[in-house]
Amino acid sequence: MTAYKIMFYLFAAMIIVFSVLTVTSRRILRAAVFLLFVLISTAGLYFWLDYQFMAGVQLTLYAGGIVVLIIFSILLTSHIDQKFTQAHWTKKIMAAIAALSGMGLCLLVLLNHQFIPGTNPPIQNNMTEIGTQLLSTGHNGFALPFEVISILLLAAMIAAIIIAKKGK
Amino acid sequence: MINFSYTVWILLIPIFMFLLLGLLGMKFKPLLSGVLGTLGLGVVMVLSYFAAYQYFFELPRLNDTYQQIVAANYTWLRFSDALQIKMGVFIDPISVMMLVVVSTVSFMVNLYSIGYMKGEKGFQRFFAFLSLFTFSMLGLVVATNIFQMYVFWELVGVSSFLLIGFYYERPSAVAASKKAFIVTRFADLGFLIGILLLSFYTKTFDFLSLTGPQGIEITRNLTQTFMGMSVATWALLLIFMGGAGKSAMFPLHIWLPDAMEGPTPVSALIHAATMVVAGVFLVARLFPLYSFAAPDALTVVSYVGGFTSLFAAVIACTQFDIKRVLAFSTLSQIGYMMLALGVSGYGGEKGLGYMASMFHLFTHAMFKALLFLGAGSIIHAVHSNYMYDMGGLRKYLKITHWTFLIACLTIAGLFPLSGFWSKDEILVAAYNHNKLLFWIEYLVAGLTAFYMFRLYFRVFWNKEPHYHHTPHESPLVMTIPLMFLALASIFAGFLPFSHMVSSDRLPFATETNLTVAIPSVAIGLLGILIAFLLYKKDNNTVEKIVKGLGGVYKTIYNKFYIDEVYLFVTKKIIFNLISRPVAWFDRHVVDGTMNGIAGITVLTSRKIKGSQSGQLQHYAFFFVLGAIVFALIFIYLW
Amino acid sequence: MERYGIPLDHFLIVSTIMFFIGIYGFIVRKNLITMLMSIELILNSVNINFVAFNSYLFPENMHGYFFALIVVAIAAAEASVAIALIINIYRRFSNIEVENIDEMKY
Repeated sequence: MTAYKIMFYLFAAMIIVFSVLTVTSRRILRAAVFLLFVLISTAGLYFWLDYQFMAGVQLTLYAGGIVVLIIFSILLTSHIDQKFTQAHWTKKIMAAIAALSGMGLCLLVLLNHQFIPGTNPPIQNNMTEIGTQLLSTGHNGFALPFEVISILLLAAMIAAIIIAKKGK
Repeated sequence: MINFSYTVWILLIPIFMFLLLGLLGMKFKPLLSGVLGTLGLGVVMVLSYFAAYQYFFELPRLNDTYQQIVAANYTWLRFSDALQIKMGVFIDPISVMMLVVVSTVSFMVNLYSIGYMKGEKGFQRFFAFLSLFTFSMLGLVVATNIFQMYVFWELVGVSSFLLIGFYYERPSAVAASKKAFIVTRFADLGFLIGILLLSFYTKTFDFLSLTGPQGIEITRNLTQTFMGMSVATWALLLIFMGGAGKSAMFPLHIWLPDAMEGPTPVSALIHAATMVVAGVFLVARLFPLYSFAAPDALTVVSYVGGFTSLFAAVIACTQFDIKRVLAFSTLSQIGYMMLALGVSGYGGEKGLGYMASMFHLFTHAMFKALLFLGAGSIIHAVHSNYMYDMGGLRKYLKITHWTFLIACLTIAGLFPLSGFWSKDEILVAAYNHNKLLFWIEYLVAGLTAFYMFRLYFRVFWNKEPHYHHTPHESPLVMTIPLMFLALASIFAGFLPFSHMVSSDRLPFATETNLTVAIPSVAIGLLGILIAFLLYKKDNNTVEKIVKGLGGVYKTIYNKFYIDEVYLFVTKKIIFNLISRPVAWFDRHVVDGTMNGIAGITVLTSRKIKGSQSGQLQHYAFFFVLGAIVFALIFIYLW
Repeated sequence: MERYGIPLDHFLIVSTIMFFIGIYGFIVRKNLITMLMSIELILNSVNINFVAFNSYLFPENMHGYFFALIVVAIAAAEASVAIALIINIYRRFSNIEVENIDEMKY
């Protein structure tokens, strides 16, 4: 049992446990905090895979941005000390059936599938390489998706303002 | 070569008038629309006369034969190169003659109607319909092909329906118009089948080729038979069925007496002078085919005509509604024409019956229109259709009286009025061909004279009933047509008709056969004498005779209960045995299936609409399940 | 195939479990914000998959990496719009229970 293995299983366990807590917690602010833990654990997995930039984005954007946004909206729309009522048991069973059967099917397929690992030498994924590829237009260049996503973000921003604006 | 293409306007003017009056009539003053309609028909009449003059006197004849000219022919429907339906103008002696008849009578009736219909509701509508009728009838007579004829034939039926039902607030008028339409439609079914049969074998609709040597050759040599008769005979019999429907031959005559519910000018125009002779015209148009390919059908024509003429004449003697008397007299006279066609041969002297039939058609149109317009004038004066509300009218209606007398004398066939000449030709034709029919016609001639003068004496002489207000003569606009038609009735007989119209379009000469003519005049005089004795003065001899005849009289008075037979057959037998089961089937099986499908759909949707709950999470649940199911299917079943 | 003794399958198992926990939460939770959180879980699990595939199967280029980045951006956009909607709904209904929002049923 190397330290790497321990790290991986720790992150995996945290992800699963906090995910379950996120969807079962009866206090909404706690649920948000559990979600934050899930996201941080995921960032840990990225670090584990040596994807530092990805992990950084995960931490700043997800853990920092989205969770804060969610907490803001919780503060705007809910009482902090309010506890959710339990969902009806039929609903729980329905959801469990859907989730478990889907999970079973997916796992069955995934575990039976033989993935062919890449044999090429790995690319240097330092910041220079990432920046070059993200803005290049040639082979392996992601300039177009980058532009599209920036336009999407702009549109989402405008939409959010217009939707949330009070009345006409 | 004379260009006849202007004859297209004979058709276009009336339809234009119909559209004008029909669409914009309500915007016009009533009088203006009447005058417009009349003027339009006046132009048509002048054009027709001009065409007739050119055709008979200026157009050079080919080997002494009148030419057949297609003055215009437009392709109306084009299915393939072989199957095309055309519309056009066909000019030959009988169509030119019919143009003259139709346009003259139409014009006179239009003029007369301006006075007769004055102040009636729907005055403009009436003139629009008259124009429509004239258009249809003219289109029918100049038809270049049998399909065009059929189209206009139906148009004529429609305008007749519209005009009979003119007083549509009156239930009896509505019933009469429906009756006329249904009976003639029923007959037209036969006509249509006949057309299809004939055209199927001859591969043409065109009259020119149908009645030409080639068409005759094809129809003569048809070997197909059906129930012991050749297909040609069947086709021509079925076509005659259509003609019999429109010309109200027995047993399809029942609609004509009821059609008198329409305004009197309509009766004069449609149900006496023009439309009802369409059947005669149809047989005459296809006469070469009848004569060569189906002499049996021609025999049927002659017997139907003969029987109808007798049958109607007998009924006419007992009726009290003056318009009905005239209606039955019309039936009788059309029977004459049919009979004449039936006994005719083809070509020259043998074709005497053909010529006589057309001649009688011509003169009959004049004097029958006169009779009806006169009757209209009488009705206008006394506001009743019934003889017992009339009497002694000669003092009040001088012009009507004299013109009516002329018409009565004409129809009775007295020398030298036009009726004498045409009827004489028919009698000669019958004499040469079939003695039984000849004697029937003698009898009918006597009966005709009797019932016409019964009417005349009863209305104009006899005892004067108590009038609510003094009857007065009709205005000039009504009496001018009467006088014109009276002149036509007197002098039309002197036309050299056999030099113009004959079966093979070759002029021939006729001479009066004294052995036939003298007895016929004598019989006519006898009829008049009996009528004079019985009806000149009010006496009770008539009642005694009626009592003596008892049931026989009652049967005749009720028109031999033919209407009742029809009612029995349709209501009791057809309705119960066929219509009701069919209706049941339709209501329960056909409609039931449809209602069932609709019901099941409604039920299902009502049941499943609950799933459309508006609950986002339900949708999400089903979405996930559905995705899993599809994944399973694609992974394991594909 | 293994990296530091961990096979690719383990990543996939983790992400699958997370994914279906997200689905469970989406179906069970009534509060719109918690449903939004469930969606974030789902997106996150997908991101893990992208990154893991990239790292294990195609180390020579960075397609999965960039896809994950794009998903993060889309998640941000989606979250902002969703929260704007939720606030609007809160104004109208005074609560954010998803069961109350059923005006578009049959």
